[in-house]
Amino acid sequence: MLKMQDVSKVYRTDLIETHALRNFSLEVKSGQFVAVSGPSGSGKTTFLNVAGLLETFDTGTYQLDGKDVTRLSDDARSRLRNEKIGFIFQGFNLIPDLDIYDNVDVPLRYRRMKAAERHSRISKALDLVGLASRTKHMPSQLSGGQQQRVAIARAIAGDPALILADEPTGNLDSLMARQVMDLLEQINEMGTTIVLVTHDPELARRAQRNIHVVDGLVIDSAPYERRIAAEEAHAGTGGSAA
Amino acid sequence: MLSYYLRLALHSLRRTPGLTCLMVGAIALGIAACIVTLTFYHAMSGNPIWWKNDVLYAVTMDSWDVNEPYDSQHPTLPPPEMSYKDATYLARSDIPRHKVIMTELAGMISGAPGQSVPMRVMTRATTHDFFAMFDVPFRYGGAWRGNDLDALPEIVLTREVNERLFGGSDSVGRSVLWNGNRFRVVGVLREWHPLPRFYDVTNGAFAPPEAMDQAFVPFSWVTALQAFPASDTSCDHAESVADYRRFLASDCIWIQMWVELPSVARRERFQAYMDAYWAAQRRAGRFPRPLNNRLTDVGQWLAVNGVVSSDSRILLRVAFAFLAVCLLNTVGILLTKFLRAAPLTGVRRALGASRRQVFLQHIVEVAVVSGAGGLLGLGLGALGLEGVRALYAQDNTYGMLAHFDPVGVVWALALAALSTLAAGLYPAWTIGRLPPAGYLKSR
Repeated sequence: MLKMQDVSKVYRTDLIETHALRNFSLEVKSGQFVAVSGPSGSGKTTFLNVAGLLETFDTGTYQLDGKDVTRLSDDARSRLRNEKIGFIFQGFNLIPDLDIYDNVDVPLRYRRMKAAERHSRISKALDLVGLASRTKHMPSQLSGGQQQRVAIARAIAGDPALILADEPTGNLDSLMARQVMDLLEQINEMGTTIVLVTHDPELARRAQRNIHVVDGLVIDSAPYERRIAAEEAHAGTGGSAA
Repeated sequence: MLSYYLRLALHSLRRTPGLTCLMVGAIALGIAACIVTLTFYHAMSGNPIWWKNDVLYAVTMDSWDVNEPYDSQHPTLPPPEMSYKDATYLARSDIPRHKVIMTELAGMISGAPGQSVPMRVMTRATTHDFFAMFDVPFRYGGAWRGNDLDALPEIVLTREVNERLFGGSDSVGRSVLWNGNRFRVVGVLREWHPLPRFYDVTNGAFAPPEAMDQAFVPFSWVTALQAFPASDTSCDHAESVADYRRFLASDCIWIQMWVELPSVARRERFQAYMDAYWAAQRRAGRFPRPLNNRLTDVGQWLAVNGVVSSDSRILLRVAFAFLAVCLLNTVGILLTKFLRAAPLTGVRRALGASRRQVFLQHIVEVAVVSGAGGLLGLGLGALGLEGVRALYAQDNTYGMLAHFDPVGVVWALALAALSTLAAGLYPAWTIGRLPPAGYLKSR
């Protein structure tokens, strides 16, 4: 599904260069549920942006669903992003002046689907996340958990092969977080590949595979338990925003 | 997608009603200012007989003093009028398809049924080709016929005069007293007020209707009644014009002459005819200045006579500068507004919107703002013109010019469209180029 080989990404200003990704190599198989963790500034979000075709990279190669995306035009990248990838953000990122229905409709609009098909997909997605009765609600009228479920509905409405979730439970209490994880697992069971960036060891433990990123490098993709034990032994626990 | 973008634009504009009003208002004010000045400029600079521009020519000869040009500010230009002897000689030529010599007379009409007091009418004494040459439309009857040198006492009235004298009915065949002489009405015009009055800019290209030609009589009646022109007569040297015969024989200029020359060959022949006459007269001791016989088409005629004042041009520039300032403000507001909403754009990009789609979405929003500004500007422009009419209620010249014609509407729409491009391109392009990733996290 996702194959990065020696990908590097450097942010440059007049004064400094920041190596966000260094020879980053990772392969995620189709249908996998992968958790990505690492300290703040380690490159997790950059990885997610590159994987989601929101940012370009300087060197290396990247294949998404078998297609080399290294030198695609903006139009082609946007089309691929729209068709293959669903995003879920920590801050939900719903559009405040559109109702729930129209929020879920956004990616489908860019795919130029006919109204009937859009309607069918939106209904199905909202039904899956348990918000079919709230189509006319505005985001501000929903709780955080509900807003994230709308964001999940928006991510899956286009039936993407890959969902990229950046700390999707970061703004939720533990009960809501569990519900969201349940949903993601359910979606994964339906065949969608999920890459989840998280600081929460409990959530990461629920993934099939764990990736640890430090200084822009994949340093460990060992089972989570072994890594967490090593971390606790070394420096204790704690998390900050990626 | 257009309807979707339109919906998004309305959402976005509703989100910031204050800014929206500010932008619409700025564009509307700029467009209104341009409409008002453009309407005046267009009315003043328009060629009211453009379809004959390449066949109608004002005839001028430089008969003036050798030491002093007629117009010291434009020393190369010959006088705009001619003397009686020159005009009548040139009018004998059969080279032009139509030829007209004319002057403006003050007249009094009386004797119409029910008319209690005489009516003052500005009267154009002209030859009968005038009507065919300038495509003058008739409601009743037509031009007088026959010999220009010995025409019958016949008169053509404008629609307005016929309305006042005969209640608008067909007055052809009826009689009126013009300056105490009985004239038979042979024609009544439809509405006809060419602006500018190209054929006689000397007596005012933008005179109000009551100072424009209200009646037309055959030119031969000028001499028959020994009438003097209504406006001043220009003479390059002191001449005794104590009696009418001497006046006609003098070098004083008071007659306008126009010819219709439908081909280059005819034009060249008439030019040669003029030049030959000039040479003969020069040999006889007249025309001391260098050869400067001119056939000037309508467009050039309006230009060389400065019909469009420099004030109008300056005002037009000021109005466009004002529009530019309004647009610059709008660009600033749009840029701020779009950048403030950049995180939302970032979300849309993440969900699959391309740069092009983001650009189009924002350009549609700008088009809505500009469209609203254009419509409001149209209304304000109409109000502005109404205000000008009210302000110059005593001066019908401005009243006549301050009409909101279809050209004004087209200009307003074109300006609105141009404003869309001018105000919206940069902000829409900028927002489309923003890297989405940076804004996603900030939300």
